Amino acid sequence: MGFIGDSIDSLKSFSVRHTIEQVITLGMIVSSALIIWKFLMCVTGSESPVVVVLSESMEPAFQRGDILFLRMGEDPIRAGEIVVFNIDRREIPIVHRVIKVHERNDTRYIDVLTKGDNNDQDDRVLYAPGQQWLQREHIMGRAVGFLPYVGYITIIMTENPIIKYVLIGALGLLAITSKD
Amino acid sequence: MHSFSFRANALLTFSLTILALMCAMASLTDNFNSPSPTATVQILNVNRFQKKASGDDEVGISLDISADLQSLFTWNTKQVFVFLAAEYSTPKNSLNQVSLWDGIIPAKEDAKFSIKTKNKYRFIDQGSNLRGRDFNLTLHWHVMPKTGKMFADKLVLPGFRLPESYR
Repeated sequence: MGFIGDSIDSLKSFSVRHTIEQVITLGMIVSSALIIWKFLMCVTGSESPVVVVLSESMEPAFQRGDILFLRMGEDPIRAGEIVVFNIDRREIPIVHRVIKVHERNDTRYIDVLTKGDNNDQDDRVLYAPGQQWLQREHIMGRAVGFLPYVGYITIIMTENPIIKYVLIGALGLLAITSKD
Repeated sequence: MHSFSFRANALLTFSLTILALMCAMASLTDNFNSPSPTATVQILNVNRFQKKASGDDEVGISLDISADLQSLFTWNTKQVFVFLAAEYSTPKNSLNQVSLWDGIIPAKEDAKFSIKTKNKYRFIDQGSNLRGRDFNLTLHWHVMPKTGKMFADKLVLPGFRLPESYR
């Protein structure tokens, strides 16, 4: 109750300069988050340095809501590596393990087949129609480490967009009404 | 300064930072483990060796795989993913790796095992280069931690050869 009373009191004491300061602070927070994200993209060489596991196809190793740290690097792709890749007609990336590799002599051209540990079949059913293999350009990164459970909030926000709006609204309110 | 929201925010940030630090330290202890795994593989029989209608060779084999991977497990290990890949080179491809069998070892007690199995995944070449082909059977393992960095290594078992003619 006192919290709401504090917020209403501070809303009443608005000044132009105060508002401008709040907006700039908010902008700086957003920019620093963006800078950190882009820096991670540079350091790891991958388009998405951190992903959240969305399906059960890699259980029991990775559960829904785990976070994976990715790295791309120039090393060739080898069997056993856990890779994150995009398929043409799907927007969410898939995290599965490489089970077959065929690498050509001359051009370093490589054919890769993947499969989720918990699936019975390999991923050919997931690839685009007519596609039998993945090539290097489909692969966005390799998993090198992971943190359990931390990403579950992203899944909750994606599946219940209302919670996302409530959270952003509450954060915005907090930023505007804070005294510093 | 002492409002509820300020204290809740400070508490949340502090606990998240401490948890992240603990995960990092747990992962660091994995570096002190020096594992000494052993494995042997035998080919019991070549059941099938054909050229498919597409022109690619296919092999069906029965394997006897024995391994002791107990030294890979630490307190921070969730599971070990192990697979056996046939590795060979052909005139067209400098490296081919075909996974023949894989398994998940959930606990240290299950890490010493011996199984006889047919190849779980189809051994198919890109082309018709397998007759008389020498190949290695490499046992790969990936140690998946409860938190942190994943480790992977392998044991190369060379000296296998496919038959000279189809059967």
